[in-house]
Amino acid sequence: CYFLRHARSRNYVSESEVCKLESVPLDFGDYHPLKPITVTESKTKKMNRKGSTSSTSSSSSSSMMDPLSSVLDGTDPLSLFAAAADPVATAPPTDGARRKRDKDENSAVGSDFEPWSSKRGEILARYTTTEKLSINLYMGSEKGKTTTTGSAVSEKVRTRLEELDDLEEGSQKELLNLTQQDYMNRIEELNQSLKDAWSSDQKVKALKIVIQCSKLLSDTTVIQFYPSKFVLITDILDTFGKLVYERILSMCVDNRVSLPDNFSPESVNDTAKETCLNWFFKIASIRELIPRFYVEAAILKCNKFLSKTGISECLPRLTSMIRGIGDPLVAVYARAYLCRVGMEVAPQLKESLNKNFFDFLLTFKQIHGDTVQNQLVVQCVEIPLYLTLYSPAIDWILQCIAYHAPDVLLTEMMERCKKLGNNALLLNSVMSAFRAEFIAARSMDFIGMIKECDESGFPKHLLFRSLGLNLALADPPENDRLQILNEAWKVITKLKNPQDYINCAEVWVEYTCRHFTKREVNTVLADVIKHMTPDRAFEDAYPQLQSIIQKVITYIYDFALLFSVEKFLPFLDMFQKESVRVEVCKCIMESFIKHQQEPTKDPVILNALLHVCKTMHDSVNALTLEDEKRTLAALINGFIKMVSFGRDFEQQLSFYVEARSMFCNLEPVLVQLIHSVNQLAMETRRVMKGNHSRKTAAFVRACVAFCFITIPSLSSIFTRLNLYLHSGQVALANQCLSQADAFFKAAVSLVPEVPKMISVDGKMRPSDAFLLEFLCNFFSTLLVVPDHPEQGVLFLVRGLLNVIQDYTWEDNSDDKVRIYTNVLHLLSAMTQEAFIYHVDKVDSNDSLYGGDSKFLAEINKLSETVVSQILDHLKTLGREETLRRQSQLALYFFNTIVAHGDLRNNRLNQLSVNLWNLAQKHGFADTKTMVKTLEYIKRRSKQPEMSHFTDLALRLPLQSRT
Amino acid sequence: MGTALDVRVKRAGKVYRDGEILSGVVVITSKDTVQHQGISLTMEGSVNLQLSAKNVGVFEAFCNTAKPIQIINSTIEMVKPGKLPSGKTEIPFEFPLQMKGNKVLYETYHGVFVNIQYTLRCDMRRSLLAKDLTKTCEFIVHSLSQKGKLLPSPVDFTITPETLQNVKERASLPKFLIRGHLNSTNCVITQPLTGELVVESAEAAIKSIELQLVRVETCGCAEGYARDATEIQNIQIADGDVCRGLPIPIHMVFPRLFTCPTLETTNFKVEFEVNIVVLLHDDHLITENFPLKLCRM
Repeated sequence: CYFLRHARSRNYVSESEVCKLESVPLDFGDYHPLKPITVTESKTKKMNRKGSTSSTSSSSSSSMMDPLSSVLDGTDPLSLFAAAADPVATAPPTDGARRKRDKDENSAVGSDFEPWSSKRGEILARYTTTEKLSINLYMGSEKGKTTTTGSAVSEKVRTRLEELDDLEEGSQKELLNLTQQDYMNRIEELNQSLKDAWSSDQKVKALKIVIQCSKLLSDTTVIQFYPSKFVLITDILDTFGKLVYERILSMCVDNRVSLPDNFSPESVNDTAKETCLNWFFKIASIRELIPRFYVEAAILKCNKFLSKTGISECLPRLTSMIRGIGDPLVAVYARAYLCRVGMEVAPQLKESLNKNFFDFLLTFKQIHGDTVQNQLVVQCVEIPLYLTLYSPAIDWILQCIAYHAPDVLLTEMMERCKKLGNNALLLNSVMSAFRAEFIAARSMDFIGMIKECDESGFPKHLLFRSLGLNLALADPPENDRLQILNEAWKVITKLKNPQDYINCAEVWVEYTCRHFTKREVNTVLADVIKHMTPDRAFEDAYPQLQSIIQKVITYIYDFALLFSVEKFLPFLDMFQKESVRVEVCKCIMESFIKHQQEPTKDPVILNALLHVCKTMHDSVNALTLEDEKRTLAALINGFIKMVSFGRDFEQQLSFYVEARSMFCNLEPVLVQLIHSVNQLAMETRRVMKGNHSRKTAAFVRACVAFCFITIPSLSSIFTRLNLYLHSGQVALANQCLSQADAFFKAAVSLVPEVPKMISVDGKMRPSDAFLLEFLCNFFSTLLVVPDHPEQGVLFLVRGLLNVIQDYTWEDNSDDKVRIYTNVLHLLSAMTQEAFIYHVDKVDSNDSLYGGDSKFLAEINKLSETVVSQILDHLKTLGREETLRRQSQLALYFFNTIVAHGDLRNNRLNQLSVNLWNLAQKHGFADTKTMVKTLEYIKRRSKQPEMSHFTDLALRLPLQSRT
Repeated sequence: MGTALDVRVKRAGKVYRDGEILSGVVVITSKDTVQHQGISLTMEGSVNLQLSAKNVGVFEAFCNTAKPIQIINSTIEMVKPGKLPSGKTEIPFEFPLQMKGNKVLYETYHGVFVNIQYTLRCDMRRSLLAKDLTKTCEFIVHSLSQKGKLLPSPVDFTITPETLQNVKERASLPKFLIRGHLNSTNCVITQPLTGELVVESAEAAIKSIELQLVRVETCGCAEGYARDATEIQNIQIADGDVCRGLPIPIHMVFPRLFTCPTLETTNFKVEFEVNIVVLLHDDHLITENFPLKLCRM
């Protein structure tokens, strides 16, 4: 019984005065937390550590430089930058500077140039085939044919040059019946064997592989796969080009100094030049045109080693060389490759780009020639499909041309295209390659041209799609806008094939949203619904429909407006596959959370979004991933937080009730609802300034009841515990005492169920730290909870202690004792005349009992039990392996006594000395901590009425380790 | 292991001209010291003539041209008999490339019946126990630039069924008109052969258009000679049914070693021609022949 009777009586107000940080008067005139700190001399001295080199004696030295302040000295880097940038921005740039900049733009391709790599995947995905393919890596038979020419040729003679054409002596290899995937694998194998051959120094074999590969590009069987084949094989060529270039570059390394990026041919040594020249001679002797062209184009960059003008001489020659390629499709891809290499190596040489395009226009008529037509008949390929095979190549060429090109040039290009009959193909490429602004400004012209196109040629919906893509990026002239939409939609709506239709409509929705009101958007949506509903066509168009929704909510993010678009919800009904439907709902909710600034009570929005949220919620099932659930819950929570009925609290509560019934499967939502309802209760209290009327009291009780019946449905035990505690606190604050009691009782009875391990972020963790934290929190609340008149004194505290007593703690943990020690803090606080804190308008035990001696006796009895428990436990720790724990606990307990006990009592004093000694007894005490603790006691002894600490300090010996 | 012998000339391209000094190093690498009976270096240049199979026999009896014609031959003793230290030993050398009297240093040429080749041979004589070591290294001789300016001699040509010779059934030929020109038949060997070709019209589809470079080698003497034409290389300039009316470039790089400036001597001749070969889809073959004169500038 020594503890509580001698609990130190506290005067919380004065203590807080003492403990508060000293407030320092500030001169706000030039005070800023991030300003350099000026330290006066006297303080500097005090703060100088031993060994500090600063020996300054100036009166206002800033020798203690704050690392941050040096940055902020004067101007920060950003403002410096801004200052430096300013004159450029304001003053017109000098001609010299501008010219230089223009030059820079010309000589390098900027990031605004869409690189080939991004086109690559698109082409591979688009141009596929199910037909069987073949790779023929030996063309010896053809050579036999040509050697029977008129002039006498001795057949037995075979020069080394001719041998280049064979991959290996007699390695005729024809792979037939390959599926597309097989084919791609084979090509990848070839790519690999090229690298292998190169790294094993078999340069000639490498060259042979490349030649054989590029030969494949002259083969147009299975023509619909040709664009993809081109992509695959030019990858190999790129690899080869890079290998050769790097090899020659590595030969130029002189004394380990490699050449700078923009080296001149003079700095290249003879060996490198000779090697380079050798490559060109070898390539020049390749018999067939197409391999010769591709391989030379692949190593175009190597011309840099030989002469300054090499590339600019080569490009026109290679360009005109393509004229020899008879098949227009093969030729146009050869041009695309040349443009690609050209843009990479010498983007400033625009002339050959244009030349390539003009040459293509000259051969354009070939497409409709007999040779091509016969081929199509044999392969059973329709003209419209055939024409689309050209698009990637022409798009690319035009893109290269249009890059940073003046409008005049683009206009000229367009005029040239116009002159050719059936120019839909070109028109389409012009629209995909030229600047969107350029196209948009001439939208009406383009619509006119599209209309004139031949129906049987290039598919028209693709043309409208391309135009739509441009209009999504750039705005047409104000006056034309409506007419453009009308003209375009007139055609689009007539498209029969749902896929064609939706591909077009998807693009045009963006234009509509961008420039028009909800009326037009509504019409468009209605039209889409009309087209996609028959035969459930929407089932094949989910990605497009989804993209339409995306676009609509990007532009119409005012949800009141959005839901007044009548067809919006019917449009959502088309998403009948659940996964897609949920995706769409998620998009909508994301947009709502992002854009909704003010809380809303608009019934239209609420109804619609509740529906949307319900859809998301209903998609949750046993197989749903945790992550997905979390996302969905976060979205729904975001929505719940944005709903407010203002002062109409009852409506608000009934909304929460409805939400609870709707979203019962998502725990985080229920948690959010409980928090919201608690908040609602507190809001009511705030409005009533703490004095509830009968009506508000009933309302608050309804809120409390809501929480009370919702919490048990949660599965996470700590969520439940914390919510019980939290809701209990809210109930207490709203003077619902019996309800608060109920919450706390529920919490107490839940504690035994806390498992040893809980899952935190998917990992199993011991739960004790959480439990400890919760219990401390709980005990702090219990201080202010008044005793129930019909229950015994401190029945909640006792109840909780009993639960803790019975709880099966880990065998080797001291948590129970730590809690007991903390309970002593509570008990000492309860003996005070006035408690440290109160709940407004709730009488706590201090005023209920008024320091009644019976009450104090009860507390004493309790604390006696607790202390004896602690001491018992300390005894059990006497074994070798637990001595460290014993020492720690002893010190912990010691600290508690020093802080809360009245040490004028001799027995308590003696106990603390014993604990101190116990802590040090076996050498497990941390010397530093002990020294600090002793220092603290000595300091305390200087305070008024604390003189007995002086004696205590004398009785506490410090044990040195040595 | 053993001893390795290598001859390296200084120039990366190994190309030398009359009057220049051929310099380089002989490199001997060995782990141990090398005992030798002297190292010598020989520079040789010769023309090898080979008689084609069909002419042998008729010819052999009359004159003995098959014997190589020596152009140049000189030997120098590099190291007297003795020992070389272990490791890598480099012995530099210089050979003046000078012809005596009226003799001409022909340009290197690798043909079928005529071969003009220059080599450097390093011999290391060794004692009876070890084999002699020999290493040969070919170097390339380019003749001096010819004096005077090369006169371009452009040729225009038109090919129609009517212009063809050697046609069996002229009636069965499809109609066609191919025009074109060569910028010059007098060619600088380092510059490509250039020109243009236009398929103005052709009834049948075109399969391929090729440039065939042909060498014409003549061996013999006053008593008789053999003349053979063989293909050096074949370069395709058009593949497939090309666009009508669009000029297609004619462009051919002369291969090194296999061509040389047109050469005419008492014993042999090396001349070049180019054939433009048009292959039609029905396997008709149309050839137009142009003799070339190559020179080095």
